[in-house]
Amino acid sequence: MVSEASVWAIFLLPLAAFVIIALVIRPFFNRYAGLSGLLLIAALAVSLFLSILALGAVAMGQEPELQAYRWLDLGDAVIELSPLLDPLTAVMAVVVTSVSLMVQIYSLGYMKGDPGYARYFAYMALFTSAMLGLVLVANILVLYAFWELVGVSSYLLIGFWHDRPAAAAAAKKAFIITRIGDLGLLIAILYLFFQADEFAAAGMNAFHIPDIWQAVQPLGAGGAILAGTGLTWLTLGIFAAAVGKSGQFPLHSWLPDAMEGPTPVSALIHAATMVAAGVFLVGRFYPVFLAAESTLTVVALIGAFTALMAATMGLVMNDIKRVMAYSTVSQLGYMMAALGLGAFPAAIFHLVTHASFKALLFLGAGSVNHATGTFNMQYMGGLRQHMPLTYLLVVIGGLSLVGIFPLSGFWSKDEILVSAWTGGGVVEPWVSQATLIMLGIGVLLTAFYTLRMIYMTFHGEFRGGVEQEQLDTGADSHGDDVQDTGDHGGLHLAESPVVMVAPMVILGIGAVVLGFISNPQWIDLFGVPKHWITELFEHGVAPVLSSDAPHLVLPKFSLQIAAISTVIALIGIGLATAMYARGSRQYSSAVRRDRDPLEAGGPLHRLLAEKYYIDALYEDAVVRLAFYRAFAGAIDWLDKNVVDRIGDVIATIFRNVGRIFLAPLQTGEVQAYGLAVALGTLIILLGFLLV
Amino acid sequence: MSLYDIYVISPPLAIAMVGILVILLDLVVQRKRALPAFALVGLIVPTLLLVAQFQDLGNTRDLLESPAAMGNGKASVLLGSLVVDRFALFFGFLVLAATALVILASVDYVERLERRQGEYYGLVLFSATGMVLLASASELVTIYISLELTTLPIVALAAFHTSSKSSEAGMKFLIIGAISSAVMLYGMALVFGFTQTTDLTGIASKVAETTGGLSFENLALLTGVVLIVAGFGFKISSAPFQMWVPDIYEGAPTPVVAFLSVASKAAAFAVLIRVFYTGFFGVGADWGVLMAILAAVSMTVGNLVAMSQSNIRRLFGYSAIAHAGYILVGVAAGVEGSSGGTAAFVSVGPNSVLFYLGAYTAANLTAFFAIVVIGSRTGSDQIDDYAGMVQRAPVLAIVLTLALIALVGVPPTSIFIAKLYVFTAAVKGGLAWLAIVGVINSVVSAYYYLRIIRVMFLQPPPSDERIPMSPSSWVAIAASGAAMVWMGVAPGFVLRAAEIAVATLAVQT
Repeated sequence: MVSEASVWAIFLLPLAAFVIIALVIRPFFNRYAGLSGLLLIAALAVSLFLSILALGAVAMGQEPELQAYRWLDLGDAVIELSPLLDPLTAVMAVVVTSVSLMVQIYSLGYMKGDPGYARYFAYMALFTSAMLGLVLVANILVLYAFWELVGVSSYLLIGFWHDRPAAAAAAKKAFIITRIGDLGLLIAILYLFFQADEFAAAGMNAFHIPDIWQAVQPLGAGGAILAGTGLTWLTLGIFAAAVGKSGQFPLHSWLPDAMEGPTPVSALIHAATMVAAGVFLVGRFYPVFLAAESTLTVVALIGAFTALMAATMGLVMNDIKRVMAYSTVSQLGYMMAALGLGAFPAAIFHLVTHASFKALLFLGAGSVNHATGTFNMQYMGGLRQHMPLTYLLVVIGGLSLVGIFPLSGFWSKDEILVSAWTGGGVVEPWVSQATLIMLGIGVLLTAFYTLRMIYMTFHGEFRGGVEQEQLDTGADSHGDDVQDTGDHGGLHLAESPVVMVAPMVILGIGAVVLGFISNPQWIDLFGVPKHWITELFEHGVAPVLSSDAPHLVLPKFSLQIAAISTVIALIGIGLATAMYARGSRQYSSAVRRDRDPLEAGGPLHRLLAEKYYIDALYEDAVVRLAFYRAFAGAIDWLDKNVVDRIGDVIATIFRNVGRIFLAPLQTGEVQAYGLAVALGTLIILLGFLLV
Repeated sequence: MSLYDIYVISPPLAIAMVGILVILLDLVVQRKRALPAFALVGLIVPTLLLVAQFQDLGNTRDLLESPAAMGNGKASVLLGSLVVDRFALFFGFLVLAATALVILASVDYVERLERRQGEYYGLVLFSATGMVLLASASELVTIYISLELTTLPIVALAAFHTSSKSSEAGMKFLIIGAISSAVMLYGMALVFGFTQTTDLTGIASKVAETTGGLSFENLALLTGVVLIVAGFGFKISSAPFQMWVPDIYEGAPTPVVAFLSVASKAAAFAVLIRVFYTGFFGVGADWGVLMAILAAVSMTVGNLVAMSQSNIRRLFGYSAIAHAGYILVGVAAGVEGSSGGTAAFVSVGPNSVLFYLGAYTAANLTAFFAIVVIGSRTGSDQIDDYAGMVQRAPVLAIVLTLALIALVGVPPTSIFIAKLYVFTAAVKGGLAWLAIVGVINSVVSAYYYLRIIRVMFLQPPPSDERIPMSPSSWVAIAASGAAMVWMGVAPGFVLRAAEIAVATLAVQT
C-alpha cells in the first residue's frame, strides 16, 4: 500500500543524497568521494522501488489520501505543498528514477578518477530530485520553482567541465534559451493569479493543478473560468515553456550544444528526462489544452515540423552525440505532435520507450568514447570487433529508434502515426494530414541517420580515434570528455568495464520489451491487459473531462500503418546501407572529409551542416546586431544621456532633501522635537478640516 | 473581584511579580548571574498562563486546522476595561518572547554595571507588564495607564548608562513622551466628551451614530481622534512624531534599544489596532486615509534620512521609522471606503500587521543582538568600524547579513513575505498607490542595508582581533535568527495565528 510518506520519499531521498554529498562528503570527506556515487545509487534504488509501488497503486485504482500543507496564503490564491498522484505522475516517476539509477551506475565507471567526482554526483542528485519534485507536485507555483531548479541543475551539469570554454558557453546558451520559454509559463501563472478571485468564488484554488483542469469546464450558466482568448494565451504560455525545455523549433538550438556536458548527463538529462519535461508539462495540463483547439494546432504543427527539421540536420552531423541530440529533438517533436493531435497516451508512451532506447544510445556513445577518446565518427569505424556488446546494444537501441518490429520504438511510434492517420477530430483534418506527412518523412530520415551512425561507428576499418584526430587537426580533440585526467582521453580499443555495460544491458532489455506495455493485439499477454498504458492514461484524465469536450485520440493498432511505416524505415535503412556499409572503408585519414556520400548534395549539405544557419541567425543577427548593437546600443545611449542624468539629478535631490531639509531639523534639541509633534498634529487637523 | 478575574489578569500580574522578585533577589544573592536566570525561568509562569487562557478560549488543535471552528471567545474583567481574547494573547506571546530574548542578550551588558543589576531586569519586566496589559486594554483610561507603565521603565532604562549621551536619551524620551501623553490624554478627554464613555465598544456605538464622518460637524470627535493618533504616532515612531527616535537609539544602551524597537512597538500597534478598529471603525474611511498618508510619509522620511547615516544605531532608528510606515500600510489597508462614507472591514489588513510585527521582531532583534556583541567589543557604532567583520567574527557577520537581507525584504525571508502580505492587503483595500510607494521605498532601503554588508565583507579589517561571543548572546542570536528564518521558510504557522487573532477582534461597522 502506498502512503503519503512514501510518495514524498520518492522526491526526498535523492534530495537527502544531494544534501549529504554537497554539505558533508564534499567539504569534509572528499577523500572518500567514491561514497557519493554509492549513496545516490542507494537513494535512487529505494526511490525507484517506491515509484513502482506508487505506479502499482495507481494502476489498481487505489489512490492514497494526500494531505496538503498550506505554505502561504496570498489572498484568494493559496500555495500548498501537496503531491499529485495520477497515472502521468506515477509513470514519469518510474521513468526518471529508473533511468537515473542506470545512469548513475554507469557514471561510477565513466567518471572514475575525475577530480570533480563528488561534485558530479551532487549535481546529479540535485537534478534528479528537482525533476521528481516537478513531476510530483500539485501546485503550479511550486511546479514552476522545480522547473527552474531543473534548469539550474542542467546548467551546472552541462557546464560541469567549466574550465572548457565550449562547455561554459553551452551551459549559458542552454540556460538563456530555455529561460525565454519559461517566461511563457510565468505569464501563464500570472494570468491564473489574476483569475484567483473567480477560482475562489467557485471554491477552487487558482494554483492547484486539478482545479485548473476543472476550470475549463462550464460552471452552470456563467461559462468556464478559463475560456476563449484567455485560455488560448494561457495554454500558449505553458507551451512556450515546453518548447524551450523540450528543444522544439525555434528554441531547439541549445540542445545539440548541450552535448558538451559529460555523456551520462546527456543520457539522463538531454535524452530521457529533462527534455521530456516539456512533453510532461503539456501532458500535466492536458485537460486544459484539450479545450484550446487553436493551441493544439500550434502544438501539432510545431512538433511535426521540429521532428522533420531536426531529422534533416541529424543526417549530416559527424559527432556521434550531435547525431543523437538532433535525433532527440526530432523524437520530442513526435511526442509534441501526438499531444497536438489529441493522442496524449501515445505521446507519453513514446516518452517512456524513448527514454529507454535513447538513454541506451547515449550510454553507447559514451562507451565508444571511452574506447576511442573521441566523439567524431570520422575517426571511428570497425569498432564492432573490439566492443561487440556495445555494438549489439547500440544496434538494438538504434533499431528501436528507427521503429523496427518488435522493438519498443515500433509500438510507440506506430501509435503516433495511427493518431495522425485517423485524425480524431481534436484538430482540423488538414493539420493531422500535414502532421502525418512530416512525421512519415521523418521516419525515413530517422532510419537513414541512425544506420549511418551505426555504420560509421562500428563497421569498416578503424580510422585512428583520438590520436589520428589530433594529428589531423593539430589540436586537442573536441568533445573529448576527460582530457585533464587522461583516463579515457586516450585510445584503448576494448569493451567498457562491467559497471558501464551492465546498465546498458538493462536499458537494452527495456528497449526491447517496453513496447508491450501497450499490448496492442492480445488479451492479457504476460499479465498486461490489452491497451494497458493507453487506458491507464485515459483513466487518469477522463474524470476531469466533461462530456462535450473533445475526446482523447486512442489509437488502435493498425496493420496498414505498421506495414507502411516499416517499409519507409526499410527504405531508409537500405539507402544508408548502400551508401555507407561498403563505402565506409573509404574514409581513410587524410581524404576522409571529401568522401561522405552526402556531400554530393552540395549547397543542401552545407545548409544542413550549418543547421539552417539558425544558430548564425540567432547569434549574429539577433544577438550581435539586433541585441548588442541596435538594442543595447540604444539602451546604452539612453542610459548615459537620460537615465544617468536623471539618476544624478534624483540622487542629488534625494541626498540633499535628506541632508538639507530633513537632517537640519534633527537638531538634537528637545524643544524642536516637541514643536514638531505639535506642528504635525496641527497639520493633520488642518488637513482634515480643509480637505 | 473573584478568583476568575484574577486568573484572567494573571499573566501581567505574574510578569510584574517576577520583576519584583528579581529586584529583591538582587539584595540577597552574590552571584549576579542568577538574576537573568531567575527572570527567564520566572517568565515560564506567565507563558503557561497565556497558554492556559488560549486553551480556555477554544481548542487549539481545531483552531489551527480550520479557522471556522473558532468561536468568538473572550473574557473581560474589571467592568470590561480589560479584554482577554486571542488578539491580546497573540501579542502576549510576542511580547514575552521578545522580553526573554532581550534579557538573554542583556546579560553581558548588565554584568559590566557595578550596581542596580536587579533593577535593570526589573524595569524590563515592568515595561513588559505594561505591554501585555496594553494588548488587552479596551477602555481609554486603562489604555493610558498601560501606556505609561510601558514607557516610564524604558525612560529609566534609556538613562541607565552613566554617560551623558545615555542621560540625554533618557531625558529626551521622558519629555517627548510626556508631551505625547498629554496630547493623547487631551484627545481621549475630547472623545469622552463626545461619546460620554471611555469604553471602546460604547464609543463604537456612539461613533456609529454620527454622520458625515470626521468633519466640522463632529469637531470634538475629529480633534480627539487626531490627538490620539499623534499620541500613538510617538509610540510607534511614525512620522511626523519620530524626531526622538534616532537620538534615543544612539544614546540608550543597545539592549534597551532592541527592546524598545520591537516589543514596545508591537504593543503600541496592538492597542492602535484595537482602539481604531473596535472604537472608531464608524469613521474608518477617514482615519484610513490618515493612516495611509502617515505610512507613506514615514516610509519615505525614514528611508531617505537613513541613507546618509554613518552610525549604525542611528541608521536603525531611521529604519525603525520606515518599518513603522510599512506596518501602517497594513493598518490603513484594513478599511475600505471613501472618506465620509461607510467603511468595510478587510481582515487581510490587520492580519498582515500582525505577521509583519512577528517577522520584524525576529529580524530586528537578530540584527540588534549582533550589534550589541560587536559594539561591546569594538566600542564603536560607526558603520566604518564594521569593516572586514566577516574575518573578525564570521558567524556574527553572516547572521547580521541575513537579518539585513530580511529587513530589505528579499525573498525568501520573513519580511519579504510580510511586505508581500502588507502590499497585497493595500491593493485589496483599494490603496494601490500606497503599495507602489511602499515598493519603491523597499528598493531605496536596500541601499543603506546593503552598504553595511558591503563594508563587512569587502573592506579590509582594521585589526585581526576576533570578536568573542558569550554563551548567552549566542543563544539569544541563535533563537531570534532561527525564528527569523523559520518565518521566511514556513510562514504558515504565524500567518494562521495572525488570522485567528484578528478574527476575534470586535469590529463594529
